[in-house]
Amino acid sequence: MALLQITEPGVDSAPHQRHLAAGIDLGTTHSLVATVRSGEADTLPDEQGRHILPSVVHYSADGAQVGYEAAEHAGDDPHNTIASVKRLIGRAASDVATLSGELPFRLKTGDGSSVPRIETAAGDKSAVEVSADILGSLRARAEESLGDELEGVVITVPAYFDDAQRQATRDAAQLAGLNVLRLISEPTAAAVAYGLDQGEESTIAVYDLGGGTFDISILQLRRGVFEVLATGGDSALGGDDVDRSVAEWLLQQAGMQGENDPQRLRRVTLEARRAKEALTEADTTRVRVTRADGSEWQGQLDRAGLLELARPLLDRTLESCRQVLADADLERDAIDEVILVGGSTRMPAVREAVQEFYGREPRAGIDPDRVVAIGAAQQADILAGNKPDTELVLLDVIPLSLGLETMGGLVEFIVPRNTTIPVSRAQEFTTFKDGQTAMSVHVVQGERDVVDANRSLARFTLSGIPPMVAGAARIRVSFQVDADGLLSVTAREQTQGVEAHVEVKPSYGLTDAEIEQMLRDSASAARDDMEARRLREEQVEADRVLEALNAALETDGDRYLDAEERANIESARDALAEERGRGEDPDAIEAARKRVEQASEAFVARRMNDSIRRALAGHNVSEYDDSGN
Amino acid sequence: MAITLTDSAADRIRHFLEQRGKGVGVRLGVRTTGCSGMAYVVEFADEVEETDTVFEVDGVKLVVSPKSLVYLDGTELDFGKEGLNEGFRFNNPNEKARCGCGESFNV
Repeated sequence: MALLQITEPGVDSAPHQRHLAAGIDLGTTHSLVATVRSGEADTLPDEQGRHILPSVVHYSADGAQVGYEAAEHAGDDPHNTIASVKRLIGRAASDVATLSGELPFRLKTGDGSSVPRIETAAGDKSAVEVSADILGSLRARAEESLGDELEGVVITVPAYFDDAQRQATRDAAQLAGLNVLRLISEPTAAAVAYGLDQGEESTIAVYDLGGGTFDISILQLRRGVFEVLATGGDSALGGDDVDRSVAEWLLQQAGMQGENDPQRLRRVTLEARRAKEALTEADTTRVRVTRADGSEWQGQLDRAGLLELARPLLDRTLESCRQVLADADLERDAIDEVILVGGSTRMPAVREAVQEFYGREPRAGIDPDRVVAIGAAQQADILAGNKPDTELVLLDVIPLSLGLETMGGLVEFIVPRNTTIPVSRAQEFTTFKDGQTAMSVHVVQGERDVVDANRSLARFTLSGIPPMVAGAARIRVSFQVDADGLLSVTAREQTQGVEAHVEVKPSYGLTDAEIEQMLRDSASAARDDMEARRLREEQVEADRVLEALNAALETDGDRYLDAEERANIESARDALAEERGRGEDPDAIEAARKRVEQASEAFVARRMNDSIRRALAGHNVSEYDDSGN
Repeated sequence: MAITLTDSAADRIRHFLEQRGKGVGVRLGVRTTGCSGMAYVVEFADEVEETDTVFEVDGVKLVVSPKSLVYLDGTELDFGKEGLNEGFRFNNPNEKARCGCGESFNV
């Protein structure tokens, strides 16, 4: 029977109408899904009890594997093992050209598509599709854990994600069959998990040190709205750098400088990580590494030693903390709360450094790997209507200002960032030249005054403006952002009423048609998979027949076949080998195999009869007669 | 008239109440709805009505209205897992039939 959860008093929970909702932390290196059950938010484990899902997808002709199984292929099949795809999502091909050298997989950026695609054994994949595979795996886990379909999800994104990156994340969710209730920023989710959204006005610093990325954000809570005052960090800095420093120290201690065997280096790095993690609990730990000649070096690493090795990294994070305080125009003592997020903040050295910097004890009571997903789950629970009267819903804001290009390549801001949505704002513009009958409208997003430094979202032209002297026309441009964060821009000439309008789809995101196509593809993929399996089965069967036939021809061909018969069989055999080698059409392979079997029927029968005769030769039939005994 | 709890159900309810930080116990009930006529209700109880019956099992208060008690008498509330899914289950001797989904029943 269905397993029930305890609900809040008065929440209608008619059968089949429970509002199942989940929070998803779609991370660069790993992802999690969390939900609220019986009033308690927690992350959901897989069958093996693992909460974390590595954000890795491995593609092969058989389809996609996600998570730990996919990550295992990083060594043997790096081109088809896609990790860190979050760095690509919502980015234009031109944005990522500089990144591609650092990524282990092959990017296609110059084939006319504005979205970069990754070449894999399962076809070219966009970052949206890879993210959808990760989300699909989390969706399956959540639905299995909750016993029913999810009504909606809240997905977290970095505070600095612009509308294009947010839209691409929504597209990925749609592709995975998920209904997005809302996207919220990762630091906001962490603050929600600690219940800070229920408090008074406050200023919060969220220090997020993951395996490979560092983010520092300053949030301000005011009247139910979290504003992101400033964000900073380093997209190539994290706990992995500490592992590397410790590994280098180990190599030096063991006299193994210049070691270049990848297997041994990997083992040393694993030992470094183990030591780092052990020092979260212990004050000192034994370390050992095996040299190339099989001899072993043993030593000790203590917390002070680790701190020394991690110091350069910590100093870089604190430098970013200083920078965002300056960006937000705040003093250190203006920070009311500090929250630690990310697995690397388990290191005591990190906690101490952060505490010293802000002069207050950071909040770390919730597992730093899971805190973002937990906050997202709590928001999802509220948005799905499971908490009727108690809590406020966080208001959604525009992450970066929206504006228009004006003369000289400058930006006129219409909707400032952190405006709560839905919102509608308008401003009047005029013509620049006498008799000007058209005006080009270029919608941009960002905080910079120069168009080129911001992100271009859309362009359209308002034509049919009645000819007037420069400055006489009145053109009203209105921006509307609906509750789902979709922007539409309308330009209207006030005297004649001519109008032009655009729904902003980020130009490097996916169009509706593309998303639809992908949805159709994923439905028809089931059929393709079946075809692929049949093809492989026919190929295997063809191989078996070819091998058996060749062996038979080799040993008995001369004995049982005349030249014509042999030529017949061989031509049928060659046709099969060719069809099998082409490997396209299972029906053609099957037909060719049947022709081989037909052509060699007589040959097979003669061999069989003869071998029976030989087996029986020299024996009396009565020997085989049971009744004789 | 009695309603009982398995140890695992009592443990979980205590835990959830503690996490929530308020509430006197858990209200159990039945409601007429669903594909087989009635459905179970499990919700946090913030107050007890005068007419309610309260069963105290292992320090956990189970609050039941008189109308629901008729259908729930003799029920054991259990907490169990099915694969990744987990939650509460009613072992109710009054139950005669369930809908396929198990979320509603009749007596």
